[in-house]
Amino acid sequence: MRLPDSLEKLRQKFFGNTVRAFGWTSLFLLILLAIAPAKNHFAEWRRYQRGYEKLISKRSDAVTLSRHFEPGIQQIWLPEMNVVDRCESCHSALKEPTLMDVTAQPYRPHPPIPHKLEQFGCSVCHRGQGAATSVEEAHMSTLAWEEPLLPAKYLESSCGQCHQQDLKGTPQLNLGRKMLAQYGCVHCHTIKRPDGSVITGVDDPPSLAHVADKTTREWVYAWLKDPQAYSTSATMPNFKLKDEDARDISAFLISSSTSAGVKVVQASLDQAKKVKDDAALQTKAASLYGESFCASCHAVQNAAGNLVGGNVGPELTKVGTKVRPEWLQAWVRNPHDYDPPTGMPHYRFTDQEVGLLTGFLMGKSDSDLLANVHLDTATQEQIDHGKRLVNDYGCASCHEINGIKHPDNFAPELTRIGSKPVSQLAFAAGVPHTLYDYINAKIRQPRAFGSGLKMPQYTFSTAQVDALENALLSHNERSLTMPAAKTVAALPASHYEPAGAAGKLIKDLNCFSCHAINGRGGDMAPDLTWEGSSVQREWLVQFFRNPNTLRPALIRRMPKFNLTDAEINTLTDYIMAVYQSPKIDRDAMPMSGYSAGEVELGKQLYYSKFACQGCHIIDTKQDKGYVGPTLTHVGSRLSAAWVYNWMKDPQALRPGTQEPKRNMSDDDARALTAFLMSQKGREAQEAKKR
Amino acid sequence: MTYQSKKSGKRTAAGSALVLSLALLLCNLACSRSSTSSAPLPKPTAYGTAIVESSGGKQAAAVGTPLAQPVVLQVNDEQGNALPGALVTLRGPNGVYLDPATGLTDSSGQFTSNVSLGVVPGRYQITASTATKAGKVVDLKVEEVALGYQEMLGSQLNDQYCARCHNQESSAERVSNYDNLETKPHPFTEGDTLNKMTDADLTAIISHGGPALNKSPLMPPYGYTLSKSEMQAVIAYIRMISDPPYGAPGIVYAQQ
Repeated sequence: MRLPDSLEKLRQKFFGNTVRAFGWTSLFLLILLAIAPAKNHFAEWRRYQRGYEKLISKRSDAVTLSRHFEPGIQQIWLPEMNVVDRCESCHSALKEPTLMDVTAQPYRPHPPIPHKLEQFGCSVCHRGQGAATSVEEAHMSTLAWEEPLLPAKYLESSCGQCHQQDLKGTPQLNLGRKMLAQYGCVHCHTIKRPDGSVITGVDDPPSLAHVADKTTREWVYAWLKDPQAYSTSATMPNFKLKDEDARDISAFLISSSTSAGVKVVQASLDQAKKVKDDAALQTKAASLYGESFCASCHAVQNAAGNLVGGNVGPELTKVGTKVRPEWLQAWVRNPHDYDPPTGMPHYRFTDQEVGLLTGFLMGKSDSDLLANVHLDTATQEQIDHGKRLVNDYGCASCHEINGIKHPDNFAPELTRIGSKPVSQLAFAAGVPHTLYDYINAKIRQPRAFGSGLKMPQYTFSTAQVDALENALLSHNERSLTMPAAKTVAALPASHYEPAGAAGKLIKDLNCFSCHAINGRGGDMAPDLTWEGSSVQREWLVQFFRNPNTLRPALIRRMPKFNLTDAEINTLTDYIMAVYQSPKIDRDAMPMSGYSAGEVELGKQLYYSKFACQGCHIIDTKQDKGYVGPTLTHVGSRLSAAWVYNWMKDPQALRPGTQEPKRNMSDDDARALTAFLMSQKGREAQEAKKR
Repeated sequence: MTYQSKKSGKRTAAGSALVLSLALLLCNLACSRSSTSSAPLPKPTAYGTAIVESSGGKQAAAVGTPLAQPVVLQVNDEQGNALPGALVTLRGPNGVYLDPATGLTDSSGQFTSNVSLGVVPGRYQITASTATKAGKVVDLKVEEVALGYQEMLGSQLNDQYCARCHNQESSAERVSNYDNLETKPHPFTEGDTLNKMTDADLTAIISHGGPALNKSPLMPPYGYTLSKSEMQAVIAYIRMISDPPYGAPGIVYAQQ
């Protein structure tokens, strides 16, 4: 009862009369009013701006820096992208390159990039909450903001929002995009680009329609259990199958296989058997393997366990344990008989050579691989169970399997994965609750998210996972809504098909596995789009007959395909007629008949003014340039018009070539062409001396 | 009144006891948490006298990304033999991620750790330490370089245009021309020479070739091939990997 009394006293004291009451109320309201400006005055960003002013005041260029500095909330507004960024309010030094030595945030200047900050703002690349003015809200560590700041290792994904093409400055993103197509991700997951095109796989998983021709059920079982045990470089992921599941799937695959009708040539098989016991034949076989440059595409593990050779075809370390000799000899003879779309070329080997190579490859085996695999004859029940499993695991997303349809939309579409709300994700235990950690964990250990999940286990390195994640994060809502003016569309995929008899040969020899023509094909060997403008016909004929490399130091070389004269003629005619550059008029420069004076002038230019001998060899005794091709017989290899145009601008003919453009005068280029065209090889020179 | 205060006193005593026990409990929880999150240090079975680098130093990678090769360190005994079972602890500056940061040397006496660099372009020093029998700690400093966007671009341009002559290391795919040249090109790590050249010098030599600075005429001009920003990128890369480190001349700071 005493408390209300004391309150009453207080009321009397402050609100006893009207004037007092008015005074106190006004004071109260005044304080309330003062809160807003006070809050503004003590705002976090002001503290950082004061810190910045203090920082620059002590520097020698303080006057310039303070002239550049604008206090207050700074804002970048990009209405067409729906972006408001106030990051510059605290990051005051973003555009001050002279402060490069400052590494403490928020005063670190932005490192040089090819864009102006005003064009894209900050949160387009770094994510985070651009409009916020407090550290916590902007960087998002406390609130349930869907897009927290991206860690540096995923920054390249932001470049991928606009740039659908490969970019020079974003190796991680490029690698990730390549991996999406190379490791078969897109066989199960649909990923659409902003222009509506779908990413397609380039890994070409083998058809299993005739798998029983090729290998045994035991090998299929061992492979299903652990593909990397057979070859460390296998792209097939591990589905972590139970023993009985692998048993049943292998039973189904073998039972569903039909015969491809590969041609068995007894002579080759007999020859292959002989190779096993005959040391001389073994050496012969090994050198045939070497001469055919199988190693350009196929790798083999050496004694130290390192893979030596290319990764275009499968690794061959244990191939003898995998394949049947009947199949292998047929494959070496003509791979297209078994698998028409294969990337392996059809070498024209004789039966003897086929036998040698078969014997050599069958010797590459590992008796341990199948030592513990004992399978009883499969029951119908097992085969049926295997079929169900093949359907369940979506095997037909990648492989062609008899009796199983290619499943559509087998796995979730990933077109918008980069902006999937965290609230819609089910995290595995121990995974931090951010989208990028979720994707990372999903790629690393998909089965940690639940035992019934189908996504298989890949064996990627940390860098590969990061690259893949960069590519996935770039597929987001913003990339789909980016204004057209800011996007750089992907190059359309080339479906170039050469025509006629030559086209058939090019397909048969699988030239596209290594060479690109008109935007289609591999990058292992030179682009042949303009080959007809570049070389002389006679040289090309000789090259097909006996391809000797222009750069002796390279391991990867053009194989010898044992072509007939008629085939060579067909190919060369086609190349000379069709693969022409519109920039080069072959008749603009004469192939011969240059004056001795011009040749001499060219020689002087070659050795002194332009010092070409630093990279090329003409005089095999003196010159030591190993960077460019040897030019000893360039005069009988290239066309004069090509050489002249190359002198004028090499990058225009082969973008990205190492040879620099010299801004050469027409006369210099002509003299050099004259000199180079006089280089007809040693035989020609010696003939001249006589 | 007195009774009440007594009672409240009792209450506070009880309260503080409760708070104390809660705090203890929390502390316990926190301690047990921290011990589970970072595995307990393994017990070394051997003590070395020196720690040396086997491989993995002086690598460059983009900021925030893992180095291509792991850092491999070896602990040696007095005779210089590799010692298995010695404890190695790695420390790095802010942003560096070490996996694992601590562990015992394996049967060949080596300790391998994968390193991810921080987000600021520049040099990162990782300190590896191991304890000796006498309880002393021996250290080894391993330096790695984090490349920003510009330096990364420079490193790619270097691979494409420069490395065949300026890098002695040869691979089967890219054979080095270094040993063939009479006037040896400067490797880009050669700080003693390259740090003396200004950015303008380097730009001149890249765009106009060796003769621009009275150097070898075998260095061709790239002025019509590379853009200005590409040349800047190459220079930024050279500056970053230079050994000894490059300090930009000309800027005087009032306070450092």
